[in-house]
Amino acid sequence: MSDFSRRDFLKVATSTAGGLMVGFPLLSMGVSKPYEAKQITAREINAWLVIEPDETVLIRIAKAEMGQGVMTSLPMFIADELEADWRKIKVEYADVNRSALRGQLYGDMTTRLSNSVSESRLMMHAAGAEARERLIKAAAETWGVRPEDCYADYGRVYQNSGAQSLGYGEVARLASEVSVANVKIKTPEFYSTLGLATPRLDVPAKVDGSAVFGIDVRVPDMVYATVLHNPVPGAGLQSMRFNAIRHMPGVIRALRLGDAIAIVAETFWQAKRAADMLPVYWKSNEGNKRFDDTIKREFFEKLPSPGEVMMRKGDINQLMDDAERSIESDYYVPYVAQAPLEPLNCTVHVQEERVDVWVGHQDPEGVMDVVAQLTGVSRYKVFVHNCFMGGSFGRRSHMDFVIEATRIAIQIGRPVQMIWTREEDMRAGGYRPMSAMRFKAGFDVEKNLTVITNHSVTHSIEYDQDKNATGVDEASVEGLVDHPYRFPAYSFSHSRLNTHLKSWWWRSGGHSINAFAMECFIDELAAAAEQDPLDYRKFLLRDEPDYLRVLDQLERKSLYRKRRPRRNTDVGMAIHKSYGTLVAVVAEVTVESNGGMRVDKLTAAVDCGNVANPMTAEEQVEGSLLFGLSATLYGKLTVEAGRILEDNLDTYEILRMEETPEVEIHWELSGGEHWGGLGEPATAVVAPAVCNALYKITGRRIRSLPVRDYYLTVK
Amino acid sequence: MRFNVNDEDIEVDVDPETPLLWVLRDNLHLTGTKYGCGIGACGACTILMNGHPIKSCLTTAEASQGYNIQTIEGLSENASHPIQLAWIEGDVPQCGYCQSGQIMTAVALLNDKANPSDEDINEAMQNICRCGTYSRIRAAIKKVARERADS
Ligand code: FES
Ligand code: FES
Repeated sequence: MSDFSRRDFLKVATSTAGGLMVGFPLLSMGVSKPYEAKQITAREINAWLVIEPDETVLIRIAKAEMGQGVMTSLPMFIADELEADWRKIKVEYADVNRSALRGQLYGDMTTRLSNSVSESRLMMHAAGAEARERLIKAAAETWGVRPEDCYADYGRVYQNSGAQSLGYGEVARLASEVSVANVKIKTPEFYSTLGLATPRLDVPAKVDGSAVFGIDVRVPDMVYATVLHNPVPGAGLQSMRFNAIRHMPGVIRALRLGDAIAIVAETFWQAKRAADMLPVYWKSNEGNKRFDDTIKREFFEKLPSPGEVMMRKGDINQLMDDAERSIESDYYVPYVAQAPLEPLNCTVHVQEERVDVWVGHQDPEGVMDVVAQLTGVSRYKVFVHNCFMGGSFGRRSHMDFVIEATRIAIQIGRPVQMIWTREEDMRAGGYRPMSAMRFKAGFDVEKNLTVITNHSVTHSIEYDQDKNATGVDEASVEGLVDHPYRFPAYSFSHSRLNTHLKSWWWRSGGHSINAFAMECFIDELAAAAEQDPLDYRKFLLRDEPDYLRVLDQLERKSLYRKRRPRRNTDVGMAIHKSYGTLVAVVAEVTVESNGGMRVDKLTAAVDCGNVANPMTAEEQVEGSLLFGLSATLYGKLTVEAGRILEDNLDTYEILRMEETPEVEIHWELSGGEHWGGLGEPATAVVAPAVCNALYKITGRRIRSLPVRDYYLTVK
Repeated sequence: MRFNVNDEDIEVDVDPETPLLWVLRDNLHLTGTKYGCGIGACGACTILMNGHPIKSCLTTAEASQGYNIQTIEGLSENASHPIQLAWIEGDVPQCGYCQSGQIMTAVALLNDKANPSDEDINEAMQNICRCGTYSRIRAAIKKVARERADS
């Protein structure tokens, strides 16, 4: 530990009535930015954990809680090493400014790609272990015995002889002053907390209304703003007539924000009402006034072109010519919205020397930097108070709404809470990209697959962000280029096609698009080869023991091989790996004679290596499956004259209780050093499993989403 | 305007047309009641008026006068209502944003039907949960019904 952080500790220790802070420069070697002492208070400390004299253990987490349970699963890593009494654990977010000042002390604080556990894990193990050794050493010094003769358990240090014990809180102050070296983290067989089903720590605050989401922040003297965007994205603002609303109650100002307008008022409702009444003349951009059909056609027209070849094996053209039989199928997915239930919002207070931002965001460091840039205030004076997120699913990693709120706050000079109405949230969205792709396959006379080709055409998120981006956007082809199947010869190529709409991350990213097409086409291959889809996958995956193991588990545990209760009920399956986690699923589906369909059950087999908290893990997989199902059945944004038609939750339907199938999850954990993500992977397999089941019942392939375009959904 | 919120008489200066949701959130700072859609489609704003579940985004301040308005904050001290306890025990919330509305709707359902069937639950619980906590919500409701029957 450097002298510098040593000093931090001492300051901290005295400022918190003898608490122990453990925070060590795991990633901050050689970085020494001046630390501003006035920021140190008992609750704003650069450290992973605090032990109070009353035995409370305060643990800092560096990832954001958006429903996925990190506020519980991450502290488990520290608590386990610490041998803490779990009932004494409290959690708060790690301080973004401290992390910035100390060279990313807390690592990458962005929550994305289902990375929370895999990225934070080692730091948290180390933090807990170091604290444990310090506490043991402090207790040993107190007693005048050797640390080797003591051990820690359940929040206390004991002498091996059993003679005496001390609570962590009693030795915390001393523990912050001793030094320890060569601290070892536990090996899995000694885990005590990890792997136990542990109720979420954030639940009590979420059942009595006390949990503070971004939209719930109330700052003294705060005003509200709402924003209007041109419903045709990118077309711009012509003019508005503020005089028509200036005398409405509570209205403070209208601001032009580039292509958007903000209305500021004393309450949100006053702002919204004024916004509804404001005469606005949007510019029109003929090029952007496109319709669903025309956009779709653009995607399909690109399919025959060769695209940029990403991987290729064999003489494709020759093999296709030689094929005894060939099949060709086009797949397509529309734009879809994340639609987190809490509409986007951000509260900003800009002052001369500091800026405060209250927001639920997946990337608080990014928020800090963006706000610093816009306000010209040093990033170390931009304080990001990350709040609970009322869902995100990728949406709350975009900076668009933070930028708007900041621009408003700069001009208003009072704290401003900007809330996008649900309608703006839907219309000014950053959507999961639209995509079309073409598969072809050739078979020999014995029905053996000889060659497969794929050309995907997808809206690139990267290109939306950076018009200089070249080459293939990896996110567009994830799940395609890294597929596990053993094809004798193949070609995978890609083309980019961006429209005027803005694309962004959506739970499980490109995987949800590509797994749909890929896993449906695998079923088509199986049919052409006259084989059962599960058996056929086992054949194509014969070199992949992990996949085979998960498939075996799924086969054993699901209804796949069982007799169907009814003729109009059948099962479909899919398997896909993303974010280090393998998920296979069987969907049991019923089609009624009136053309209605229903998903009765989803059975999943999951291998993510290890699981920190089986409870939140199960919740995440279930939630991901249902998120996937919602998009499978309903997910579609319709473009009409350039604008999105589905502007609220009546038209943009979301799965409800009555449509929710039974869900069964089986863990097939491979263990070892592998900790795969759980917040997203199960989303991607649902659409293909459901569509494959529908084919078995009706003989009709569904190659575009949502399913509602083909079937009524019955409850 | 005068309201009775969580057993307290409160006077607030608002336009009578203001939806009750915003009176609760912006004037009274009772932020447990949530805004999700503003058009009655999601149920996040559900509160009880004389015990009935009402979407506060569709109910004006004027129309709320004279009723007993109950919000999540007024449901119990220390989250001790049986529904809240079942929610905690069942580890129901994920992001948690829909849960105030879910809980208030469930309270009304169980007051109405002591032992709701699956169909009753489907019919009453039309609230959207974007995180997909539906099966845990169902289980928690059934647990409360069972416990009430036992006692
Ligand atoms: S906010 Fe009232 S129903 Fe959605
Ligand atoms: S818990 Fe997130 S919307 Fe229901």
